[in-house]
Amino acid sequence: MEALDVDLEDGELELPAEPMHLNLGPSHPAMHGTVRIVLELSGETIVKSDVQIGYLHRGFEKMCERGTWAQVFPYVDRLNYVSPMLNNVGYALAVEKLCGLAVPERCQWYRMALGELARVSDHLTCTGAMAMELGAFTPFLWFVKAREMVWDILEEETGARLTHSFGRIGGMASPPTPDFKGLCRAALEKIIQLVEEGEKMLLKNRIFLDRLEDVGVIRGADAVALGWTGPCLRATGVSYDIRKAHPYLKYDEVDFDVPVGTKGDTLDRFLVRLGEIRQSRRIIEQSIDRMADEGPVNCDDPRVVLPEKSDVYTTIEATIQHFKLIMEGAKVPKGEVYSYTEGGNGELGYYLVSDGTGTPYRVRIRPPCFQITGGLSRLIDGRMLSDIVPTFGSLNMIGGECDH
Amino acid sequence: MSKDVLDKLKARFGAAILETHSDFGDDTAVVEPGHWKAVCEFVRTEPALDFDMPVDLCGVDYPQRGDAGRMEVVMHLYSVSKAHRIRLKARVGDAEMQGAELESVTSIWPGMDWLEREVFDMSGVRFRGHPDLRRILMYPEFEGHPLQKSYAADKIQPLVKYRTEEEAGVPLGKLEPFGPDEGMSFGRGGAPRVDDGRGLED
Repeated sequence: MEALDVDLEDGELELPAEPMHLNLGPSHPAMHGTVRIVLELSGETIVKSDVQIGYLHRGFEKMCERGTWAQVFPYVDRLNYVSPMLNNVGYALAVEKLCGLAVPERCQWYRMALGELARVSDHLTCTGAMAMELGAFTPFLWFVKAREMVWDILEEETGARLTHSFGRIGGMASPPTPDFKGLCRAALEKIIQLVEEGEKMLLKNRIFLDRLEDVGVIRGADAVALGWTGPCLRATGVSYDIRKAHPYLKYDEVDFDVPVGTKGDTLDRFLVRLGEIRQSRRIIEQSIDRMADEGPVNCDDPRVVLPEKSDVYTTIEATIQHFKLIMEGAKVPKGEVYSYTEGGNGELGYYLVSDGTGTPYRVRIRPPCFQITGGLSRLIDGRMLSDIVPTFGSLNMIGGECDH
Repeated sequence: MSKDVLDKLKARFGAAILETHSDFGDDTAVVEPGHWKAVCEFVRTEPALDFDMPVDLCGVDYPQRGDAGRMEVVMHLYSVSKAHRIRLKARVGDAEMQGAELESVTSIWPGMDWLEREVFDMSGVRFRGHPDLRRILMYPEFEGHPLQKSYAADKIQPLVKYRTEEEAGVPLGKLEPFGPDEGMSFGRGGAPRVDDGRGLED
């Protein structure tokens, strides 16, 4: 047996050191399932990292070229499974831009309210999961409880908890239910209470703060050059929010603030998301206050909007119209368009090319997390292995969207 | 304001800007492929344009164009300070996708790194000077580029075989945890693929 009491003061303990290669993911509890990081480690410090995506690639863009314009809606749901409504609305707006359509006011308020509910659910999932990965399980359960309330409302409205497929070209699948406003008001109150409770648990916890503060820092200019958008960019202090900078729907008529961070570290991203939940609440409340109880939700354009079911069953014209819209698809004018909205993670863009037929020639989605994940290497190189978990969690990578 | 951007580009590059339009309010300029990087550098550095955010890069395939630039590479840029956007396009490649190459612009916007890899992977455009041009969404053994219109949507490619001990050349227990092409670009070239010893018969 060697002596255990080696005197370290006398000289450096010579240990054989060679870089270790570690494969983190794709099936790792902290990797949200679908991303793999190949690491070169020196001790616990990351020397180099290579982030690899593509494990959830489902050929979304290729699939879209096979169906009609309306058949893309179910696919965009599945791209982002924590805020599918925002994707629905974003895609609908893109096609409407190409068609030159404007939906009725009631629908615009409705889309805003539903979209912001989806944003609340997105941020609750992200912040909750991030806390859980750092060992704080209770706030996660509270946030999921709050998210459940959001999903209950969306289920009441759309019939589906997660994959709503609720958007339509020129409107929504159905008008708001009579209870919608009441449900929103009641739920928002409780959601904010739960968020506050969870926040108290986390933001007064020294261990939690130490793991977030000054971890995964990025400067604003670097984030912009990487193409970052959304909460991750705003955490660096760049207040670029599409809802403010280029308002769509009715965002220019509601009163809300854009939370920004100062340092661009993981804690800032966490706080920005929590701040946005409160701003979303303000937007939802203003939207439902101003949304009319009566009136059309779909625009009156027989070229793209399906006729009333009662007419389809009783008149031959409506039957033919319905048949043509379903079988051939709405004819979208020839051209190309880039339409962008503020998704849960940032700029959600659709670049559509139409050749004038009922089938898209090209549907290109610009998912916000693709570029955000592309910058992950910069945040973790030179840091400790354990910093990956909060850093990656705060980026809120959504595999379906990132991998197309 | 928006018209300004296209005017400035035309004034600076003249005939290298093949066509422009502002359909649906989206300013678009088609750039001669040879001037791709110069145009990108100009829109990034010119203070009045200041396009600092790389928004998107994608390829759109037009096989009906034949040899006249079948693959259209479409870039969207945004300027945070000026709050304006532009779409730049370059048409590259002949009917067989020969010569589908562009100068890489990763040195101008680091965010273009993954986007160029994606366009290479999905559409088959090669970017000269890209530091690490390899597939990003598909696996290394994948053949073809799925977003080309000539790639059949229902085409099925075989799963990748495990390597046998003879093929690997080393005892399976001694294999590196990941292979040469699926590991890091800076990894050890020539190391064999991962194998856990199971599924040796394909």
